[in-house]
Amino acid sequence: MKLSALHQSYLNRRRSPLDSSADASSKSFLAVFWLVLHCLCCLISLLLGFRFSRLVFFFLVSTPSSTNLYSPPFRPDLPPPRTDLNPHNATAVEAKTSSSSSRVVVGRHGILIRPWPHPDPVEVMKAHRIIERVQREQKAVFGSGGKSSRAVIAVTPTYARTFQALHLNGVMHSLMLAPYDVVWIVVEAGGASNETASIIAKSGVRTIHVGFDQRMPNTWEDRGKVEVLMRLRALRVVKEEKLDGVVMFADDSNMHSMEFFDEIQNVKWFGAVSVGILAHSGNAEEMVMSMDKRREMEKEESSSLSSLPVQGPACNATDKLIGWHVFNTLPYAGKSAVYIDDVAAVLPQKLEWCGFVLNSRILWDEAESKPEWVKEFGLLNENEGVESPLSLLNDPSMVEPLGSCGRQVLLWWLRVEARADSKFPPGWVIDPPLEITVAAKRTPWPDVPPEPPTKKKDQMSLSQGNNVVVIPKQQQQQQQQRSSKVRKPKRRSKRNKHEAKPTDTTTQVSSSTKHHQERN
Amino acid sequence: MTNRSSLSAILLFLFFSASSAQHNVRTERISGSAGDVLEDNPVGKLKVYVYELPSKYNKKLLQKDPRCLTHMFAAEIFMHRFLLSSPVRTLNPDEADWFYSPIYPTCDLTPTGLPLPFKSPRMMRSAIQLISSNWPYWNKTEGADHFFVVPHDFGACFHYQEEKAIERGILPLLKRATLVQTFGQRNHVCLDQGSITIPPFAPPQKMQAHLIPPDVPRSIFVYFRGLFYDVNNDPEGGYYARGARAAVWENFKNNPLFDISTDHPTTYYEDMQRSIFCLCPLGWAPWSPRLVEAVVFGCIPVIIADDIVLPFADAIPWEEIGVFVAEKDVPELDTILTSIPTEVILRKQRLLANPSMKQAMLFPQPAQPGDAFHQILNGLARKLPHDGSVYLKAGEKVLNWTAGPVGDLKPW
Repeated sequence: MKLSALHQSYLNRRRSPLDSSADASSKSFLAVFWLVLHCLCCLISLLLGFRFSRLVFFFLVSTPSSTNLYSPPFRPDLPPPRTDLNPHNATAVEAKTSSSSSRVVVGRHGILIRPWPHPDPVEVMKAHRIIERVQREQKAVFGSGGKSSRAVIAVTPTYARTFQALHLNGVMHSLMLAPYDVVWIVVEAGGASNETASIIAKSGVRTIHVGFDQRMPNTWEDRGKVEVLMRLRALRVVKEEKLDGVVMFADDSNMHSMEFFDEIQNVKWFGAVSVGILAHSGNAEEMVMSMDKRREMEKEESSSLSSLPVQGPACNATDKLIGWHVFNTLPYAGKSAVYIDDVAAVLPQKLEWCGFVLNSRILWDEAESKPEWVKEFGLLNENEGVESPLSLLNDPSMVEPLGSCGRQVLLWWLRVEARADSKFPPGWVIDPPLEITVAAKRTPWPDVPPEPPTKKKDQMSLSQGNNVVVIPKQQQQQQQQRSSKVRKPKRRSKRNKHEAKPTDTTTQVSSSTKHHQERN
Repeated sequence: MTNRSSLSAILLFLFFSASSAQHNVRTERISGSAGDVLEDNPVGKLKVYVYELPSKYNKKLLQKDPRCLTHMFAAEIFMHRFLLSSPVRTLNPDEADWFYSPIYPTCDLTPTGLPLPFKSPRMMRSAIQLISSNWPYWNKTEGADHFFVVPHDFGACFHYQEEKAIERGILPLLKRATLVQTFGQRNHVCLDQGSITIPPFAPPQKMQAHLIPPDVPRSIFVYFRGLFYDVNNDPEGGYYARGARAAVWENFKNNPLFDISTDHPTTYYEDMQRSIFCLCPLGWAPWSPRLVEAVVFGCIPVIIADDIVLPFADAIPWEEIGVFVAEKDVPELDTILTSIPTEVILRKQRLLANPSMKQAMLFPQPAQPGDAFHQILNGLARKLPHDGSVYLKAGEKVLNWTAGPVGDLKPW
C-alpha cells in the first residue's frame, strides 16, 4: 500500500538525522527541532481536520508524472482540450461535447451540509400527516380483509335534559371515530329541539333528527316503552329512505368500543353481541354493599352465571346459538330504581335493544333476498308491545352471535341521569358570567390576599334562574332542598392540586434532539 | 389525458375482476416506455442457443467457491441454469436469434467474499477465442447477436474502481455484443447503448421469509441502513458515494423522521416494510440491492445517484415509482420528501404493490412467469429482429483483437 510505504519513509527520515549526527548538542537540537515540527504539524492537522503529513510526503515522494494534487477531478470522457480551435468552430465542438459528456464526475466531491442541519417543525408536521394518510389507506385496503365496508346506521333515542350533552357527546365521538360511513338517526322525545340539533350538528357525520311527539316519562319502565317506540320510529325512517347498512342501537348513555364497529360489519342479517351491564347505583355505599352481597352469593352458589353483568347470546361448544344470557336481577330485587332520580341501581330490560344489530335490508319493503324468518316490518303493530328486537323475527334462533360467539363484550350499558327537575344552563353556556366568586384560601400567586372573606353555603340563597349552576351531588343529604346552590369548585380543587410551591412558569425549550435520541 | 382515462378504466376493470380473487389489493398497472410489457411471455418470440463451453469457465469456478451462488452477482449463474431448461432454448444454432455463452466472470472471490475482476478480461477473451474458432456464428456478426451476463460493479469494464474502469472501458471484444449488466449510468463509458440493465441478485426465499402482514402500519418515514463513510478506503470522505452518503448523515442524523444508521439489525427486512421511504444512495457504484429490497417490501425507493439507469428502464416507469433526488439536493432531502403530495405517494405505493413489479425484480428458483429472467428475455426479444448491417461480409473484421492492456492478452 502506498500509504504504508510513506509512513515507512517518514520513519526512516525521522530516524536518520538522529542516528547520523555524532555531536550531542546538534543531536539534541535536531531532536527539539523535530519535536517542534511534529507539534506544528499536529496543530495544523487539527485545524485542517485530516492528516496533514500525508499531503507533505505526497509532494516529496510522488514523481512529477503522477497525479497533481490540484488537478481538476478526473474527467476521462471529455476529449483533451485542444488549443488549435478556430473561434467559429468552438461553439459547434462544445455543443457536441456537452451533449455526449456526463455531468457526473469521478473524484473527490465536497460533502454538502446545509447551514442549519436540524429538523424543521413544519416539515415534521407535514411528514406526520403523510404518515397518517398512508396508514389510513393501509387500514382501508388491508384492514378489514379488504372487503368493502358497509355504512353504520346508528339509532339513538334522546331527549333534552341535564345529562343529554354528556351522553350525546360520548356517542357522537364514538361514531366520529368509527372508520366507516355513519348515518345517525337521532329521535328526540318531545319534538326536535334546538339544543339537540346544536349538539349533533358538531358531529360531522350525516344526521337525521326526528322529533317524537311524546314526552319522556319519569319512571324507568315507562321510559323503556317510549324508547322502544322511538326506535321503531327510526327504523321506519330507515325503511322509507331505503338506507343501506348495518343498523345498531346507540343509546345515548352507552359506551361503545371501536372493535364493536369492526365486528358488526360481519353481520349478515341479524346479529347479537354481548353487552356489559353497569347497573349503577346512585348510592356508593349501596353499590359496595351489593357487590359484597354478590360475592357472598358467589361463594354460596359458586355458579358463574348468576353474577355476570353481561347480556348477550349464549353458545354451545360448536359456536351455535342456544340461548341468551340475561342480567340477573335477583340481587337487586326490590332495590332497583323506579323513578329517574332514585338512588338505586337502574336495571336493564331482559334483552336490551343495544345488543342487537341488523342489516337494514330487513326493514325494506320488497322482499328482495330477505330470509323468510324475518317478519315484514311494515306490518308490525307497535301497540302489541314490542319488547326486544327479537319481535321482528319469526324465528329467533336464526340470530348470528357476534364477537366470537358472545365472548367479547363490545359495548357497555349504563343509565345515569340527573334529577328530573335539575336545571342547567341552556347549551351549557354561562352567559352572563356568574356573579359570585370565591377566592381560594391558598393560591400560588403571591399578590392575592391570603384571607378571603368566608361565605357559607346558606348565605348564598340567590335564585337567579339562568345564572345558577346546579349539579346534583351523590352524597346529597337534603332531598328536600330544591333551591339553587352554587358549587365552589375553586376552593376544593385548589386544595387538592396546588399543594405547595409556585410552579416555575419559565419552561425551557428543550431541543427536539434530546427527545428523539432514543429512537436511533 | 387519454392515458389517464385509459389508466383509470383499466384500474376499474382490474378492481372488478380482482374482486373475485383472494387478495383484493388495490394496485395499478405498470407500463413503461415500451408499453405494458412486464407480463409479456417471451416464449415464441426468440430463440437462444447456449454454447457448450468447457466447465473451467463455469462449473469448476462454482465448485471452487460455492459462495458465488448467494452473493449479489449470482445472476450470471442463475441465468445459465434458467436458459438450460427454458423453452426459448434451441439446440439448433442455425435458427437461433441470440447466442449465450455460459461464463462466470465474477466468480473469483477473495477470502472475504468480494470478487476480483483482474482475471475476468482474460477469461472472457479466451472464451470468445474458443467460440470464434469452434463455431462460425461469432464471425458472422463479430458478436452482435451474442449476449453476455456481466453483473460486476462496472459491467464489462471489469474493475471495481471507477477511474480504472473508465480507463479500461468495455472490453474491446464485447463492443458489438449485447451486455446484460447491473451497472447503468447515462453517458458512461461502461454502459453501452444497447445494454440491458438488470437488478442485482437478492435471495428471494430470504426476503419471503421476512414478510409481515400488510396491515402493519407504516410508521417510519425514511429508512436507511449502511455505510456513510468508508473508513478503510476513503477516510476523509468525499470520494465514497461522491460525498452523497456523508451528506445524508451530516444533514439528517438529528432528524427523528430519518431512521438512518450503520448498524444492520436482524429486523432489517421487517423495518423496511414499516417504512414509507427507503433511501437508495450510490456507493462505490451507483446500483445496489437496496432497490430490489425496497420494491419487494413496498417501500418507495429514494434514488440518490445522478444519471443512473435503473433495471429494465424501458419496461418499468421508474419516475412514477421512485423518487429521484439529485446529489446536490441532498441537504434538502426532508423538504423534498415532505412536499410530495399525498396522492402521489399513495399512487407510488399502489404501483409498488403490483405483484408483477415485485416479480420483475427477483430471480426465483425455479423461474416463475414475469420474473427477472423473463424480463431479460423480453428485453432481448424487443431488440429483434437484428438489423441487417450487423451481418458482416465474409472475411470482414471489425473488432480489434489486440486492443486493451497488455495484461489482458495473456491466455487464461
